[in-house]
Amino acid sequence: MAKIHIHTTINGEATEFLCEPHDSLLTALRDAVGLTGTKEGCTTGDCGACSVMLNGRLVPACLVLAPEASGQAVTTIEGIANGERLHPLQQKFLEHAALQCGICTPGFIVAAKALLDVNPNPTEEQTRYWLAGNLCRCTGYDKIIRAVLDVGAANR
Amino acid sequence: MNIRYEAPKTVDQAVQLIAADPHAKIFAGGTDLLVQFRAGLRQPTAFVDVKRIPELTRITIDRDGLRLGAAACAAEIGEHAELQRLWPGLAEAVHLIGSTQIQGRATVGGNLCNASPAADTTCALIVNRAECLISGPNGERTVPADAFCTAPGRTILERGELLVAIRVPRPAPRTADAYLRLIPRTEMDIAVVGAGVSVTLDAGGVCTAARVAIAAVAPTALLVPDAARALIGSPLDDAALALAAEAASAAARPISDKRGTTDYRRTIAGVLTRRAAVIAAGRAKTRVTDDG
Repeated sequence: MAKIHIHTTINGEATEFLCEPHDSLLTALRDAVGLTGTKEGCTTGDCGACSVMLNGRLVPACLVLAPEASGQAVTTIEGIANGERLHPLQQKFLEHAALQCGICTPGFIVAAKALLDVNPNPTEEQTRYWLAGNLCRCTGYDKIIRAVLDVGAANR
Repeated sequence: MNIRYEAPKTVDQAVQLIAADPHAKIFAGGTDLLVQFRAGLRQPTAFVDVKRIPELTRITIDRDGLRLGAAACAAEIGEHAELQRLWPGLAEAVHLIGSTQIQGRATVGGNLCNASPAADTTCALIVNRAECLISGPNGERTVPADAFCTAPGRTILERGELLVAIRVPRPAPRTADAYLRLIPRTEMDIAVVGAGVSVTLDAGGVCTAARVAIAAVAPTALLVPDAARALIGSPLDDAALALAAEAASAAARPISDKRGTTDYRRTIAGVLTRRAAVIAAGRAKTRVTDDG
């Protein structure tokens, strides 16, 4: 069957890609668009590694069908930094050593940014609940939480 | 694989698509369907994405009550202050589903149509006398939420029928709901047992109406009229709460599985019913006016 031609907006730029009707947005981002910052973890919506924003809402890209992106706005980890200037979350993740292998990191950064967008200075409990769908097998989470809270504190 | 993606703009178009092709699947949040599809458990011929149909994603509240589009996502419900104020138990049931990411996708309509015995929203819908608005090739029909699921993974939907919205009547004064579920951790799990309660009190604190429903203790969520009867006419004192708990435990007919044994689930169904009734009553006391 012929692939579908999708027109969408990714990180503020008009983008086109070809996909199978049943492809996930995750597959399309990585394989068709070449944005490999969004990681594949479980592909069942459990791990948060593929977190992206779809029309400003945090979603697992593995549970979004690629054709759904038609006419919509997608933000990925590649759209978080401002050119060469890191987003404060990215900076604080480095300062707090909030990553080891790094596979979960793009998902955490996108999810944490979604939190700060609606709650610029969250409590630790709010942060831990918000990020409960992002799994990390290296850090034990504490450094990640500290990094996010640190960015929140700077927003005070 | 030869699968189509369809994004109809109207209910009629969606109904035509699924009526013409029995293997086309309605696609809303995808949190159940795509997982089942990737695991090879389902091989639909088409995904019919209903999120481009305005009335399926709209949430409206008026004098009559709530009209919740079947494909409105959980996060949107969580952001709806008026919905949370009038139906706090329904809102907490929705909020319990999955992670923040999943909340951005999962829908109440999908939770109903997936027909899991452990679905969190079903009890909350049942105790609030929710009705399911269904469109099909022969027109529209309405089915009470407690009759929608018929067995694990099965619903009353006939070929070509689409769940369009859920309608919940506006609660009377001094009426409120609550939903509790037991899981062995703080979130991101499937209910071992769930219990929803709605109560209406009079000015003196006596219960004049009640609904009780329990989940994950039978093939479908169960409405438990005996538990409601134990509450009605009482000031929701210990004796009445104990009778309601007993009735919920007696109505439960759970299986034993990795999440809990039959005996444990039966006991917990009573415990959660009692606790949810106490929470609902506390909320009902603060809702003095029709508008409250």
